[in-house]
Amino acid sequence: MKLNFSLPLSFLFALAIFISSCQDTKKLPILGPREAVSVKNEDGSMGVDTVYQTIPAFRFLNQDSVYITNDQFKDKIYIADFFFTSCTTICPTMHRNMKTIFEKYKNNPDVMYLSHTIDFKYDKPSVLKKYAQKLGVDGNKWQFVYGSKDSVYKLAERNYLVAVMEDTTARDGYIHQGWLVLIDKQKRIRGAYDGTDPKQVEQLTKDIPVLLAEDKK
Amino acid sequence: MRKLLISTIVLFTLLTMIYSCQSADQVKQDIYYTNGRDYYIKYCQNCHGAKGEGLGALAPPLTDSVFLKENKQKLACYIKNGMSEAITIHGQKYEGKMPDFQTLAAIDIAQIVVYITNSFGNKQGMYTLEQTSNDLKNCK
Repeated sequence: MKLNFSLPLSFLFALAIFISSCQDTKKLPILGPREAVSVKNEDGSMGVDTVYQTIPAFRFLNQDSVYITNDQFKDKIYIADFFFTSCTTICPTMHRNMKTIFEKYKNNPDVMYLSHTIDFKYDKPSVLKKYAQKLGVDGNKWQFVYGSKDSVYKLAERNYLVAVMEDTTARDGYIHQGWLVLIDKQKRIRGAYDGTDPKQVEQLTKDIPVLLAEDKK
Repeated sequence: MRKLLISTIVLFTLLTMIYSCQSADQVKQDIYYTNGRDYYIKYCQNCHGAKGEGLGALAPPLTDSVFLKENKQKLACYIKNGMSEAITIHGQKYEGKMPDFQTLAAIDIAQIVVYITNSFGNKQGMYTLEQTSNDLKNCK
């Protein structure tokens, strides 16, 4: 009797879990450091809230020699990366993959791209413009930006969590990581994908709609 | 009848053996091709693409059979010493700089050339080590 009762029950239970897990909408994690702060609730009691790291204000010259700031990416999700135009190693692959995503979301105004050059000596806006044209990118959805070494390198390492550095022993003079960093409308990091790995780029392509759907709610 | 059957089988086997036996040259070319593919993936693919499709106007595609045929003697030099002169491929002008690959030995370059000139719609056959060394001597 005991067995007869528990078997269908456990079956029912399993079914319930199965169905409820199906309904869970997928959500991307929020990456980077975070801290807990005390906040005052509406009813006057104290509570704790999590503050996530966000991309701080920046101001860089873009490929059209126009200063752009965070405002350019207001209410947009964007993919950020670090590269330089004379790079012969990982950058061509990264931008080949990014271009594929760019083409895919060409008609979606909510998706943008931000490529920072780490070659502060040579990659002036005119060089970036030429590079963008040769890559086959026009319009302002994909911004290629130039900034001082200090500002770009700090932003890369502290905020986008991408390692970049000058290296005189490297063939091209700089070394850097090939992460494509996915940023949401609240300026938080929601994903980092190796731009040279087709599998991870594929994942990024899948994650963009997930992030877009989340913001619609 | 039995004799006929046996002789047919023997003859068939012999023919198959001869047919499947490749010439020594073909075997050598296949070895070059396979090794060349490994080098291509390591040194060339990031700019020229997995299918030799190039990258926008930054890196030219390797699908222009006419260009590759006409400039076959120069290909080894392009790889070894890089390239800064502008070229026209499929009617599109490419003026970016190609980096040099000084660390590659003549044999490596021969294998890369065999891979490129027999992939992406090209079919130019063998390019020997002797040819490569000779062409490298005549680099401008």
